Amino acid sequence: MATVPLVEKPPAPAVEPPPANPKKSIRSYWRLYAAISPFYLLFLAFGLIPVGFSLYLSFHRWDGLGSMEYAGLSQYKYLLSDTDFWSSIGNTIIIWALATFPMIFLAMVTAVMLNSAVRFKKIYRFAYFLPNVTSVVAVAIIFGSVFSTNFGLVNALLQAVGLDQVAWLNTPWGIKVAIATLMTWQWTGYNAIIFLAGLQTIPGELYEAARVDGAGPIQTFFRITLPMMRPVLLFVLVISTVTGLQSFSEPQVLLQTTANESTFSGGPDHAGRTMVLYFFQQTFDNNDFGYGAAVAWGIFLVVVIFSIINWRLVQRRGED
Amino acid sequence: MTITDVKPTESEPGKARHGKNKRIDGTRRRGIALHVSLILGVLLSAFPFYWAVIMSTHSSTEIFSYPPKLLPGSHLGDNLSKLFDSIDFFGSMFNSLLVATTVTVLVLFFDSLAAFVFAKFSFPGRGVLFAMMMMIFMVPAQLQAIPQFVIMAKLGWIGSMTSLVVPAAANAFGIFWMRQYMKSAIHDELLDASKLDGASFMRQYWHVALPVVRPGLAFLGIFTFMGQWNDYAWPLIALTNPDNVTLQVALSQLNGVHGTTDYGMVMTGAVLALIPLLIVFAIGAKQIIADLGKGAIR
Repeated sequence: MATVPLVEKPPAPAVEPPPANPKKSIRSYWRLYAAISPFYLLFLAFGLIPVGFSLYLSFHRWDGLGSMEYAGLSQYKYLLSDTDFWSSIGNTIIIWALATFPMIFLAMVTAVMLNSAVRFKKIYRFAYFLPNVTSVVAVAIIFGSVFSTNFGLVNALLQAVGLDQVAWLNTPWGIKVAIATLMTWQWTGYNAIIFLAGLQTIPGELYEAARVDGAGPIQTFFRITLPMMRPVLLFVLVISTVTGLQSFSEPQVLLQTTANESTFSGGPDHAGRTMVLYFFQQTFDNNDFGYGAAVAWGIFLVVVIFSIINWRLVQRRGED
Repeated sequence: MTITDVKPTESEPGKARHGKNKRIDGTRRRGIALHVSLILGVLLSAFPFYWAVIMSTHSSTEIFSYPPKLLPGSHLGDNLSKLFDSIDFFGSMFNSLLVATTVTVLVLFFDSLAAFVFAKFSFPGRGVLFAMMMMIFMVPAQLQAIPQFVIMAKLGWIGSMTSLVVPAAANAFGIFWMRQYMKSAIHDELLDASKLDGASFMRQYWHVALPVVRPGLAFLGIFTFMGQWNDYAWPLIALTNPDNVTLQVALSQLNGVHGTTDYGMVMTGAVLALIPLLIVFAIGAKQIIADLGKGAIR
């Protein structure tokens, strides 16, 4: 036991030569505090105070103009029984799943291929990354025409091979498939680049050893590549979940021309109304700021629950 | 290694009994298959852009006819003049440029300054302040949207570009990114030496820190510019005057009003709006792609 203190006493953190001197008055650090203050002022005004205010707001009824009325837990009670909110959760999860799983699979395949290709690697990476830098608005407009019932490319292809045409943006599943396809197209290359960076950190000796042991390419992939890629996979999954569950621009732009009551209504039968679209509709179309705030906290809860599930899934697989 | 396109580790041991020529053939064939699949992926990535360009050269009657047009038409001029009649395209592009440039300059300055402090100095409350900053990553935008709107309305910023610039002028991601970069890139000996020479804090920041972190700044700058240029949800809410909006909002208005009737014109707008961004990306692609990977595996 006597050795423990010796081991545990590291030299003072090697971050900065003169460590904070307690005798020095706080005022002598004013330059440093001034240098970091812009972020904290903005954080206070547009981050912390808003979050507190939206919590306060969720217990009140308010149209944004008149006086606030205390409502207790009634808006949260209504939220729990609000079938529109639950169906928007369902829509969001279906669209997220339709986009995320094909995207992760395609990105992994692309990354493995890019990792083995020696020539033109830079050109490939540039081309694969291109869809991600373009604005969602422009991309959604373009995909609206790809999936158009009358003159869309997808329907032209279906017709060419003798299949029935689909009214993509007018049927519940068609809408979801169209949105998910857009997301998959936009994010596959981005995630492939991240996977590629992960692949390049796997030491070549591991593959060499596997080869000596007589492992085939498929075995090598599942026994070496995939386990080594777990942290990167987790990163991509968490980012995709947090952004995917908060999708707004894709369905909003894609479906605003087919929406009849509001540009946030998510198309025919609200089939493309995601949680965040519902939040915008309640808040900025119905001017129901109080209920909007309750919806926002509901969304936050769903995102947190999903992030925890994701994290635990990947962790557990790691214990096998 | 001169002729192989495929990692040598991928050859299966079962194939070893084949003749040597056959194996080289197999490797080469696999290399070709690899590039064919990769090129197929590139075509899938690029095709929507190509199609949008093609559609912007056709009239809506042509677009609505079967089979779909895959080659350029002759109506680009018509579509352009209709586009400029329908929305204030260059006015909104100027707004986007103004917002994205201002935000980028502010972010680069404020984030790198704060990052310099967190990377190289210690002071009371440093740990707590840094942890607080990381917390903001967790706060979803919807929770802030209503109060932000209310605060901005009280300040009289709703409808003006100020409502987009001020809340975006500094961010946690940029500070975190630059701090990671500065921790390793700026050597403590250099700072000590400059301090002995009597350099003030701002001089150290400007003359010692900034010159060595230019690549990190380049990534942050391009990333910020593209993010601001493409931002849509908040501008849609905050810019209440339909005649004074950013490009993305103008484009969305165009789609909302003419989206089912004049596809050629709407598509022309979408294509034009992509061009400035593609130029920025072409300049910074190398940096972005390299740093994105590094950031993820860190």
